[in-house]
Amino acid sequence: MNWASWRDFFAMGGYALYVWGSYGVVIGLLAMEIVLLILRKRSILRELLRERSAARQALQ
Amino acid sequence: MPYVTPENTATWQHQLVDHFSWFKYSSPQTFFPLAGKLVPWFAIAALLFAVAGLYLGFFVAPTDSQQGEAYRIIFIHVPAAWMSMFIYVVMAFWAGVGLTFNTRLSGMMASALAPTGALFTFLALWSGSLWGKPTWGTWWVWDARLTSELILLFLYFGFIALQAAIDDPRRADKAGAVLALTGVINIPIIYFSVQWWNTLHQGASVSLKSAPTMVATMLTGMLVMVLAFWMYSIAASLMRVRCIILERERDSQWVADYMSGVK
Repeated sequence: MNWASWRDFFAMGGYALYVWGSYGVVIGLLAMEIVLLILRKRSILRELLRERSAARQALQ
Repeated sequence: MPYVTPENTATWQHQLVDHFSWFKYSSPQTFFPLAGKLVPWFAIAALLFAVAGLYLGFFVAPTDSQQGEAYRIIFIHVPAAWMSMFIYVVMAFWAGVGLTFNTRLSGMMASALAPTGALFTFLALWSGSLWGKPTWGTWWVWDARLTSELILLFLYFGFIALQAAIDDPRRADKAGAVLALTGVINIPIIYFSVQWWNTLHQGASVSLKSAPTMVATMLTGMLVMVLAFWMYSIAASLMRVRCIILERERDSQWVADYMSGVK
């Protein structure tokens, strides 16, 4: 085991800024990409549903 | 040898399409549900590999004798840098396939890969910068490795911007393909830059020719993170290609049929 305590773990031997600065941005941006993709899919589906109901109303 | 005319070019393309059964999946309509089924599996695999890789990287791999704990950036820096180059090659491959066989899905695959590739390029530069500061004493240096990786980011941006600027998606695919294929030249430049030029960036830690210059647990952790990023990239690109398919095929009958099943 590399770490005596959690405090020791988060301190990263004095390199906390660099190590957590890299990991935080990597994990944050990868998660953000997935969220944006889910939102993009939802907005397309919503738009297509709206178009379909508009087309049906136009027929009636 | 018959003359190549637009008519018989179309014929040999159709013959090729008939010949290979895997061309079946070059239809967006058949690929859309397949991609939808694959996404959760790749996402789960990415999460499992990431948990295993981070555990190895932080709790099993020992402290580096020279760099202390700062070296632990390697577990995301190297996989991100590899993915940035690998995704570019795959993107250029699909763009080239689209240009050659005129298959719609190939161009959509290329467009779907570009943002994920650009993201990994940025992450490689970002984590590299945060690694450079404590080890080299500088956030950035214009050496061959860093500069060529920055050019890769601009190639991705150029590809995305060029496609966004052209209204007709099929023409956007063709223009993008020419840019993507031209830019492939940059990939060997990035990879071999540390050998061809005297760079501040260190040489390859892992190569096919020589034994890795790393402790076994460090190497294993890094390779597991490569697998995690790989699975992530596949999941994200499949999610994006599904969006692109829906956007581009919105007026087709199969999308109307698919939408009748939604809600």
